Amino acid sequence: MKRLAFVDKNRCVSCGACMKVCPMGAISVWRGCYSVVDEQKCVGCGKCANICPAGCIEVKAREVIA
Amino acid sequence: MKTKHWYDYLWLWCIAYFVLGFFNILFAWLGMIDFMVPLLFAIIGGNKAFCNRYCGRSQLLTKIGIDCKCSRNVPTPRFMSSKWFRYGFLAFFMTMFGSMLLQTYKVFSGAKTLSESVKLLWTFKVPWDWAYQAGSTADWVAQFAFGFYSVMLTSAIIGMIMMFLFKPRSWCAFCPMGSMTQIICKLKQHEPIL
Ligand code: SF4
Ligand code: SF4
Ligand code: SF4
Repeated sequence: MKRLAFVDKNRCVSCGACMKVCPMGAISVWRGCYSVVDEQKCVGCGKCANICPAGCIEVKAREVIA
Repeated sequence: MKTKHWYDYLWLWCIAYFVLGFFNILFAWLGMIDFMVPLLFAIIGGNKAFCNRYCGRSQLLTKIGIDCKCSRNVPTPRFMSSKWFRYGFLAFFMTMFGSMLLQTYKVFSGAKTLSESVKLLWTFKVPWDWAYQAGSTADWVAQFAFGFYSVMLTSAIIGMIMMFLFKPRSWCAFCPMGSMTQIICKLKQHEPIL
């Protein structure tokens, strides 16, 4: 998996739309505050970013771990 | 395919609410559930389970927007999910809600007479007299029902417009209920709200 979803937690409105569409169960709203991505589960498909009403998710290349 | 839960059908409740209120305005009082439940989740549970799971309105918007392909599905204008816009809209919404309560009080105290109409977008007065048989309850009870139905219908109309124009759930970006419950949750976790 080369890509990963990143959430701008300051802009997230914690609506949970991302959580509902994620096929991997990789993104969830943390205590009503903002979404967090489980890096182990995310496959970088971008479905969450596509539905997000706040436009606060970006799917980017994973950091290359040396 | 994800398994469906009973709460995935709450969009039916959203439709039922407006239909019931169309025929008998007193059903508008049931909307109190949609006001109290999210707040209770946030205050007691410290979560947004209502938005995340049980909100029928957002389910309906998603259904129409995605399943019926009615949404342009383009990004919500950025300012609409900004803090000043969200909190500003919340303040405006609460002010209008307060003025609705004041109208109810005026009818209760006898300073005003019952107005059998629904006010859309805080501006347009639409006659709604078929939905209420005068004298069937105290006037203030009916006045609150008309006022509350107006609030619900107005926000549903804005939600629909947002759904058509932008993302299916663009309304959620600045929905007062969503903002209010998020603020409560953030305060509980000592997260910055600004
Ligand atoms: S869809 Fe966007 S705004 Fe909503 S919870 Fe997910 S990241 Fe936050
Ligand atoms: S990119 Fe795909 S897998 Fe990753 S969190 Fe978003 S929806 Fe889930
Ligand atoms: S933000 Fe408003 S419309 Fe969206 S899920 Fe929450 S309560 Fe429902």
